[in-house]
Amino acid sequence: MAGVLVFAEVVNGKLKKASREALSIGRKLAQAAGGDLTAVASDRSVAEEAGRYGAKKLFVADAGAYATELYASVLQQAIEQAKPSIVLFGGTSNGRDLAPRIAARVNAGVASDVDRLEWANGKLRARRPVYSGKVLATVEVETTPAIATTRPNAFPPEESGGGAAEVVEIAKPQIDAKARLVETKAPEAGEMSIAEADIIVSGGRGLKEAANFSLIRDLAHAIGGAVGASRATVDAGWIDHQHQVGQTGRVVSPNLYIAAGISGAIQHLAGMSSSKHIVAINKDPEAPIFRVADLGVVGDLFQIVPALTEEVKKAKTH
Amino acid sequence: MNSVVCIAQVPDTEARIKIAADGRHIDEAGLKFIVSPYDEFALEEAIRLKDAKGGDVTVVGFGPDRVQQALRECLARGATKALHIKGESGDTDSLGIAKVLAAAIKTIPHDVVFLGKQGVGTDNSLVGPMVAEILGYPQVNVVTHFEIGEGKATAHREIEGAEEIIEVTLPAVITAQKGLNEPRYASLKGIMAAKKIAIDSKSIADLGLSDGEILNQRVKVVTLELPPEKKAGRKIEGGDAAAAAKEIIKFIREEAKAL
Repeated sequence: MAGVLVFAEVVNGKLKKASREALSIGRKLAQAAGGDLTAVASDRSVAEEAGRYGAKKLFVADAGAYATELYASVLQQAIEQAKPSIVLFGGTSNGRDLAPRIAARVNAGVASDVDRLEWANGKLRARRPVYSGKVLATVEVETTPAIATTRPNAFPPEESGGGAAEVVEIAKPQIDAKARLVETKAPEAGEMSIAEADIIVSGGRGLKEAANFSLIRDLAHAIGGAVGASRATVDAGWIDHQHQVGQTGRVVSPNLYIAAGISGAIQHLAGMSSSKHIVAINKDPEAPIFRVADLGVVGDLFQIVPALTEEVKKAKTH
Repeated sequence: MNSVVCIAQVPDTEARIKIAADGRHIDEAGLKFIVSPYDEFALEEAIRLKDAKGGDVTVVGFGPDRVQQALRECLARGATKALHIKGESGDTDSLGIAKVLAAAIKTIPHDVVFLGKQGVGTDNSLVGPMVAEILGYPQVNVVTHFEIGEGKATAHREIEGAEEIIEVTLPAVITAQKGLNEPRYASLKGIMAAKKIAIDSKSIADLGLSDGEILNQRVKVVTLELPPEKKAGRKIEGGDAAAAAKEIIKFIREEAKAL
């Protein structure tokens, strides 16, 4: 038993960002724990890219589009062959769907949504925010393999300059899957998910009505970010819950978080205060959001946000 | 059409969390507990299914005695039966909890198993798929729309910025996401009716499981700590919008390096 196996997701022939992040921390863990970094994917076209991130071997099964039962079977075969000490998943929808399924199959412990990982005294030690970041838990996974899902944006992707990973074929599982994908409904044009975004522009009740979310969208589009929202606006039906940041939405940690018209309920702060750079715009100088903001602007968002959007457009064209 | 709904009882999302003296648990003194918010969507979907097709909705909760309050609340909203598995759920991990729930589910007639997509607080998002694996059922995770058919169901699964429509053979495990439905409040009539329903109670041993298998953790909490207080940064007041926008751009460019 040695080494690290990463579940690598492929989109349009390239590794997903979350998978590149998992490979990058996986390579460091493999160095510490001994053994090689290996990966498992549904597409051999990423062998070179996985190699650049340090993977020596890439298990490949032509399993088609993601389906829990099929992919669990592929992963199980990869685990049996690689016998890893650690199995990592990027914290994507599919990673979070598959990690617990395989963990139950191999009786392994899972540390989910971790933002730090290390190999300490022969065990995988992980830090994970709990209670939406109100508490930080350090946990140790006692099983072999030890499983973890990584929080998007917590581990910077770093290439190691390795050559292409050696491709090892895994037979396509002969399973009659009981859950079948019928159709994927594509996102609305220009809508970016807050889950993996580097920049999030969020709006709150200060927007006064649903239509004014256009101010937030305009800024998000100009700067190349995703649109976030407070719980109050989602509950009011101004915007879909996929955009909700906070305890009953997504916990996010982008490089830049811009909050406009969000006062900063404890729920919301817990969901975004680990963002690396926070800008808050609010007319109430006492708003709790200012306690976590690196740059707080007391003023009228209806004036400041459009002005900011114009400045961003100018900056982008220069 | 019978459903089982597995619920977790969690600290109120508005509560301030304190760490217990042992540094490994949270301090429960004075803490208000609620049914985990995502489990409310799971319960509501099961109740709607019962209203449309008949059958039972059995709520199952694993944990200390206080879990009975949560089960009682679910009965008041429309669940028809409740099973409390007694045990220190705080001393196990997600797989331990899943093993207990799966064993309990096997004792109850069911076509669909509903859970919330995650227990709010510990936020592992693990138990649903683990239960599915143990029972050998298919799973659809993070579901925002659910329709029952003959021996199968269609569920919409939320993925990054898009949605998958999945057809699933029953029995299946469905984990609920916000947006699946609008959970009802308990009515006075419901509260009165719930008082007449006895909550069934079992131990881990009654389910044929040993404490060693369940409480022997695969994932151990080493420490819990409060995050460092984030220091507030600069604050600009007054001045016009154009000046404020320029100041923000400067910050984005020089500090966040995002332009």
